[in-house]
Amino acid sequence: MLTKRIIACFDVDQGRVVKGVSFVELRDAGDPVELATLYDHEGIDELVFLDITASHEDRNTVVEMVRRTADRVFIPFTVGGGLRSDEDMMLMLESGADKITINTAAVERPELISEGAHRFGSQCIVVAIDARTERDGSMQVYTHGGRRPTGIDAVAWAREVVERGAGEIMLTSMNTDGHQGGYDIPLTRAVSEAVGVPVIASGGAGNAQHMIDAITEGRADAVLAASIFHFGTHPIMDVKRRMQAAGIPMRMEHADYDNVL
Amino acid sequence: MSHPRLSDLDVIILDYGAGNLRSVIRAVERVGARPEVASVAAAIDEADVVILPGVGAAADTMRNLRERGLVEPIREYLDNDRPFLGVCMGLQALMTVSEEGGEHACLDVLEGRVVRLPGGRKIPHMGWNRVEQRRPTPLFDGIPNGAHFYFVHSYYCDMANPDEVAATTEYGTDVTAVVERGRLAATQFHPEKSGAYGLRIYRNFLLPQSSNGASE
Repeated sequence: MLTKRIIACFDVDQGRVVKGVSFVELRDAGDPVELATLYDHEGIDELVFLDITASHEDRNTVVEMVRRTADRVFIPFTVGGGLRSDEDMMLMLESGADKITINTAAVERPELISEGAHRFGSQCIVVAIDARTERDGSMQVYTHGGRRPTGIDAVAWAREVVERGAGEIMLTSMNTDGHQGGYDIPLTRAVSEAVGVPVIASGGAGNAQHMIDAITEGRADAVLAASIFHFGTHPIMDVKRRMQAAGIPMRMEHADYDNVL
Repeated sequence: MSHPRLSDLDVIILDYGAGNLRSVIRAVERVGARPEVASVAAAIDEADVVILPGVGAAADTMRNLRERGLVEPIREYLDNDRPFLGVCMGLQALMTVSEEGGEHACLDVLEGRVVRLPGGRKIPHMGWNRVEQRRPTPLFDGIPNGAHFYFVHSYYCDMANPDEVAATTEYGTDVTAVVERGRLAATQFHPEKSGAYGLRIYRNFLLPQSSNGASE
């Protein structure tokens, strides 16, 4: 049975992980590659790196991070942040990323999705959608890191990006993001039921129950979390055990490379 | 951890313009071999082991292989039952015909069709799925039956000869996960993206070649 995935997300600024990550066992907790390796060994299913560097003029730092990650991490990882052309996508994929994610650039020029899907395959193209449930109940797409409303309906946009070739949707709720009070279940469910590709729920993870809810009620195929893992208070395998106990198929093998090889 | 004997093997990873090979190269290195990337027919003839990776569409893959003059050398290599590992599209390309984006003739090394996954589920089939071993093979040494591997695909191999199916995974139907015939092995999942057990597949595949191979 296909398992549900837990995906860890790192915000990276000039090659360093931001948002206080505190792992005693790490030499350099700000190094995204060292963190990624640790998470791989602790049983995470997939990783996402979001480059939040203000200026994307110089991509060398990100490229170097992607290369080093591909050298050391043997699970899938996605890279996003400021990718605006199929050349940008190619640079990341050639450096070793398995998938790329686009957000604002896709809203501004939806052809970018089809261009990427045509050139690299749909399986590489993750469209990130930031959405907010407004007071009138409508679900609106936001861009520019959730700051700019677009007037576009989230479900309609989700359908369009899939039609254009997106292989997966990473859906972040602006209402719940950062609060650790649970994912936005109605939004997640509305989008997941509207499209035939996998949907990753994002924004609001505070504990294992939130992830269970996103999957059972929100119909998400994967759940993304950042901060709850970064402090070591929610060990990945503990969260997985709780999800499994709730009846969700999970990959429970320990990624013990030294023993297996 | 890795195996010193593997470093003597002449492992060729075929580059036919399908994009990123970095993960496959690193996975093979991680288990102790020293792979080389090649895109010319001569390299296939001299290799101890050939690995055909790949993502993307069947039509593009076949066109790329044809343009580089690799179709006949691969067939000839496999006719002689020399060690070959196909990964994802590197499995599907071995089939008779693929229905992805029309009808496309493939390498016809394995008999059967590449068909769309059944409806009613999210497509692509993306993520870690449980792999059921159908028969014992050294390829699964140290890997428990039911271990999970990472899949990303929308089409799968409908094999004419069930004997060639070494493992399956469930996704609306029994999906061919591992094919094995003689010294040909191929996986629908990505072993280079399947953690420790994925690397173990590479190691298990390469290890026997280092004792009985290297003679061609």
